Amino acid sequence: MSKPTDLTIAEARDLLGRRALSARELTEAHLGAIERLSSLNAFITLTAERALADAARADDRFARGEARPLEGIPLGIKDLFCTEGVRTTAASRILDGFTPPYESTVTRKLWEAGAVCLGKTNLDEFAMGSSNTTSAFGHVVNPWRRRGDNRDLVPGGSSGGSAAAVAARLCLGATATDTGGSIRQPAAFTGTVGIKPTYGRCSRWGIIAFASSLDQAGPIARTVRDAAILLRVMSGFDPKDSTSADVPVPDFEAAVGRSVKGLKIGVPQEYRLSGMSAEIISLWERGAAWLREAGAEIREISLPHTKYALPCYYIIAPAEASSNLARYDGVRFGMRVDPGGDLDDLYAATRAAGFGAEVRRRILIGTYVLSAGYYDAYYLKAQKVRALIARDFDRAWEEVDAILTPATPTSAFAIGEKQDDPVTMYLNDVFTVTANLAGLPGISVPAGLDEGGLPLGLQVIGRPFDEETVFAVAGAIERAAGFDALPAVRA
Amino acid sequence: MSLDPETVRRIADLARIAVAEDEVARLQGELNSILAWIEQLNEVATEGVEPLAGAVRMRLRLRDDVVTEGDQHEAILANAPDRADNAMGSFFAVPKVVE
Repeated sequence: MSKPTDLTIAEARDLLGRRALSARELTEAHLGAIERLSSLNAFITLTAERALADAARADDRFARGEARPLEGIPLGIKDLFCTEGVRTTAASRILDGFTPPYESTVTRKLWEAGAVCLGKTNLDEFAMGSSNTTSAFGHVVNPWRRRGDNRDLVPGGSSGGSAAAVAARLCLGATATDTGGSIRQPAAFTGTVGIKPTYGRCSRWGIIAFASSLDQAGPIARTVRDAAILLRVMSGFDPKDSTSADVPVPDFEAAVGRSVKGLKIGVPQEYRLSGMSAEIISLWERGAAWLREAGAEIREISLPHTKYALPCYYIIAPAEASSNLARYDGVRFGMRVDPGGDLDDLYAATRAAGFGAEVRRRILIGTYVLSAGYYDAYYLKAQKVRALIARDFDRAWEEVDAILTPATPTSAFAIGEKQDDPVTMYLNDVFTVTANLAGLPGISVPAGLDEGGLPLGLQVIGRPFDEETVFAVAGAIERAAGFDALPAVRA
Repeated sequence: MSLDPETVRRIADLARIAVAEDEVARLQGELNSILAWIEQLNEVATEGVEPLAGAVRMRLRLRDDVVTEGDQHEAILANAPDRADNAMGSFFAVPKVVE
């Protein structure tokens, strides 16, 4: 038997079910790994006692033959999900001391399915970033190293702690959220699988809001099957989220092995950026060739408004963020800085001290684009461009069943790189942000290594609520790619 | 559209974020570089396009207008940085607003 920390969720489920492994052993192995590799800084809060109690309950369930779908599976939880009685930070100082009195719907579903809570994973502050360097709890280190280069690399962001923890074998899977690429980009940077489902598939209730019309929860795992297992549990209608979709949740796991024969796969010409590296282009072509060999038909398609997706996003997301983050006022929860003036002074001092530079920047941009006199020029304009981006996809679905693109324009970069100007960092999400604006499911699958030995991902985008086709295509890529490279640092 | 220092101060004030005078120039530069990049949206013809507010063109549900989780006083106050408990009840406490 392989080391407990090297198991996939599917393998662990099987061993636990046969009582060949106990939930306690599995949980202890992961807690030990987290402790040994604490230098990755993947976790903000460890819940070791809780994890062992969860595991003991799981072992009882197995003994009684009452195992649930994720019984005894140790998970990391992005510290953007509110967890009852467990400190929740959003990686921000402004939530200092905040312990939620309630549980997010997605995590509640995971616990009700028997999962074990190892702790809360690090992220960019309020999920705003692509490198996990904006966290108030320090940056996360990518467990991968570039060949012949000892510099620490970023794990991507904002779900960098979740991705690094899964890649380094600190947990079998993790929850994450994706507003512009925050699941798929870190998955690509760490050689893991990450899916952002259709908007409305997972409840947003109890997830600390960034940009509510774009935010979606999803899992990061080491295989497509594991991602499907987790997503099935995380999904489902929730009356507490007014945008939650009242649609049935299919058996995503069953879709993973489904044939792609006869599927039409679109390759959008606009994703071929000028100056894109030859490695990324050849990876993309290889991906198309794999799918063709598996019986799919590859078609060139056009998504003409692609180049406007990022600037559109950087109006809409900050606008929604400036509104959502208005609640951090130093009155009801979290940090308070009282400079001794009136209430406005208290708000302004608290928010200046509590928010980091990137969050402040986005709130200011958002405040500006929503302010009197600029609303039409910026916010309304962006909403119209968003409609055109969504229409591009609507037209594409008349021709194809799924779309294949690179997940990111580069592999992981060094900590401190791309910090000179905010826009350079924003370009990380160029391939992922369209799926958020249009509300579509998108998955990143590890598909190869670059010449520095770092993982690269391919992205599959699907029709709304057709995660099954996304999983089928991702499964075919995974089988063809045979990606078995391992990060330099792992349990 | 390019922001001048006065506009930066005004936005910061609207956002209730204290900005020190020596931060204004740096913020002005950063915000202007983001806004200059965003300006490319002006190339897109959007006449007659219906703006899209949400990702899924769904109709929002209405729920029954009944209390579903009332009486959470203590849970709501549990994280307050400062609170006042007196004969009238329990409250969030803030600096004096009315003289």
